[in-house]
Amino acid sequence: MAVTTPQAPAPETATREIFMSEALREAIDEEMTRDPTVFVVGEEVGVWGGAYAVTQGLLEKWGPDRIVDTPIAEAAIAGLGIGAALTGSRPVAEFMYSDFMGIAMDQIVNQAAKNRYMFGGKAKLPLTYRAPFGAGTGNAAQHTQSLEAWFAHVPGLKVITASTPYDAKGLLKSAIREDNVVIMFEHKAIYAMRGHVPEGEYLVPIGVADVKREGDDVSVITYARQTHHALEAAEQLAAEGISVEVVDIRSLYPLDTDTVLRSVRKTHRAVVLYEAVRFGGFGAEIASQIQELAFDDLDAPVLRVGAAHAPVPFSEPLEQASFPDTAQVVGAIRQSLQGVY
Amino acid sequence: MAEQQPVSTNGRAGGDDASNGVLEQLTDDQLRWIYQIMRRIRRFEETAEEAFRAAKMRGALHFYIGEEATATGVCAALDDGDFITSTHRGHGHCIAKGARMDKMMAELFGRSTGYCGGKGGSMHIADIELGNLGANGIVGAGIPIATGAALGSKLRKDGKVTVAFFGDGAGPTGAFHEGVNVAATMNLPAVFVCENNQYGMATHADFANAAAIHNRGPAYGIPSASIDGNDIFEVYATAKTAIDRARRGEGPTLIEARTYRQKGHTVLDQKNYRTKEEIAEWVARDPIERFVTAVNESERLDEDDFQAIDGQIECEIEHAVAFAEASPWPTVDVIERDVYVE
Ligand SMILES: Cc1ncc(C[n+]2csc(CCOP(=O)(O)OP(=O)(O)O)c2C)c(N)n1
Ligand SMILES: [Mg+2]
Repeated sequence: MAVTTPQAPAPETATREIFMSEALREAIDEEMTRDPTVFVVGEEVGVWGGAYAVTQGLLEKWGPDRIVDTPIAEAAIAGLGIGAALTGSRPVAEFMYSDFMGIAMDQIVNQAAKNRYMFGGKAKLPLTYRAPFGAGTGNAAQHTQSLEAWFAHVPGLKVITASTPYDAKGLLKSAIREDNVVIMFEHKAIYAMRGHVPEGEYLVPIGVADVKREGDDVSVITYARQTHHALEAAEQLAAEGISVEVVDIRSLYPLDTDTVLRSVRKTHRAVVLYEAVRFGGFGAEIASQIQELAFDDLDAPVLRVGAAHAPVPFSEPLEQASFPDTAQVVGAIRQSLQGVY
Repeated sequence: MAEQQPVSTNGRAGGDDASNGVLEQLTDDQLRWIYQIMRRIRRFEETAEEAFRAAKMRGALHFYIGEEATATGVCAALDDGDFITSTHRGHGHCIAKGARMDKMMAELFGRSTGYCGGKGGSMHIADIELGNLGANGIVGAGIPIATGAALGSKLRKDGKVTVAFFGDGAGPTGAFHEGVNVAATMNLPAVFVCENNQYGMATHADFANAAAIHNRGPAYGIPSASIDGNDIFEVYATAKTAIDRARRGEGPTLIEARTYRQKGHTVLDQKNYRTKEEIAEWVARDPIERFVTAVNESERLDEDDFQAIDGQIECEIEHAVAFAEASPWPTVDVIERDVYVE
């Protein structure tokens, strides 16, 4: 299992620092070059270049038959992806915000996720949905949610999310090549984060977690933007001699339980960190797997750190306090070490 | 059902048949109210833009500048107890329904004294007491809610009418179809007002809508009208007919008002999807200037009237900003409050 850090990817290839949004664009562009059946569809993906600039310049390069702007019609966007995938294309369908997937829920959950199974394995859906998620942008309750657990709960969907430009590019390329429905959640607070990305071709496999920092005392299991809060917490605590391991799961489904368990069996303590509402969030699945499969290895209960039980508030001090930050992660790690709850 | 009202077809921006004589029917107080509301909207947003550029507020601000006549003309024809649903571009609807600018400004500043205590921001201002059922971050979402409010009125027999404001970008949504169709089948007291400001982000209304929105009335068996949304008199007259009809229990109407957003999609939008000439053409048809010109020509109000209103609005605006800036931030103990009734 690949243990890479974002700072040091495959050393034999030349690397550059690029934004996460550029890394995603490269993934799409390269896969469009590789496979003429790949096309992009969504709102404002063409002329506007994508609400978060991921598809910027692609309309000019590929034209309107492969970068397809749609009206505001999320159910249709989800369905366009399904229909085109069933009939031989390889769509990359974008939701401008993951919050709007609510409108497309039937197409995603009752159709995309289930077609193959219901049809007795006779259908194939090489379909990628992309959707920005996450808080911290001041966009209020209908543009900032983290709804990944909804989708990870549905058999037939694969769910991935990246914390670095390197992972983002490699994961999205794998998703586009998959013959299954993959939903890639992209945290909007890190689109403008830079990171090393090799010049050459590479893939990051779906279903493989990545240890972003090795440590001995506590494991923080996390994903997407929260990985950075975990890494910052680890750095702060290192000064006190506390050694924190940070596991970025990268795939929610399939979940790389092996890597998670290997880490917890080493450190004997786990903090599960995610940005969604804590109650009923994906972290509950991770925590549950840990206690079921590594109960005897644990020296402390598995802790979950997640967002408040509320929609994301607009006002800055409220919004910032509503989801986990580095200080909260540090606090949870200390709690886990002290065994005080 | 299926009573058809002729669809006005002109694409002209000037005053036309529907607005003829409307000015004369309005009282001086109504004219003053119209000017006051349109200027409030304009000045509120100009001031909000300054505050945003001075980094005093954050998030997404969608300006209604250039579209003031639509909200103002429609709300002029509503009674105080009537309802509206609004959009992400909601400041104009909010002010036209009677909202206080100090509480709106405080909301944009994220302060505890704002309409939503800072929890909603620009895109979610609501004032249920005033009948404003909320701005909305989801395009099209206000339409079925308006249908629901109208159903409630019908069941409660409260005699109220609900107006759904929505953009040309909502025309393609499933919510539009479901909301309008249900209202038509149930003959509900609702008026659907499409503000066709030509674009949804960079997408032209004609690209997004296979058939013009005002042409869809017949498909639902309801009257529909295509009007100049920058002509306050035509907006008022058309809205009044539709609202009166709804109040009489004769069912919904679909109105498409042609207008233009003079600013970018959000305060940050600097994209190139429309020409300078096009923008200039529409600025020349500015709804407030047209109103002032028409009123001046009719010699109904004089310069003193306008100046008095302008002066009063400047005071209101100054107060709104001072109030917002002096207001406390909400404290974190409220984060999990208001999620449920307790
Ligand atoms: C369901 C949904 N899809 C997409 C968006 C993103 N979005 C916000 S405003 C907008 C354009 C809306 O256009 P229109 O309805 O014409 O209103 P306007 O902005 O022109 O006032 C889009 C695509 C959204 N808020 N909700
Ligand atoms: Mg529009």
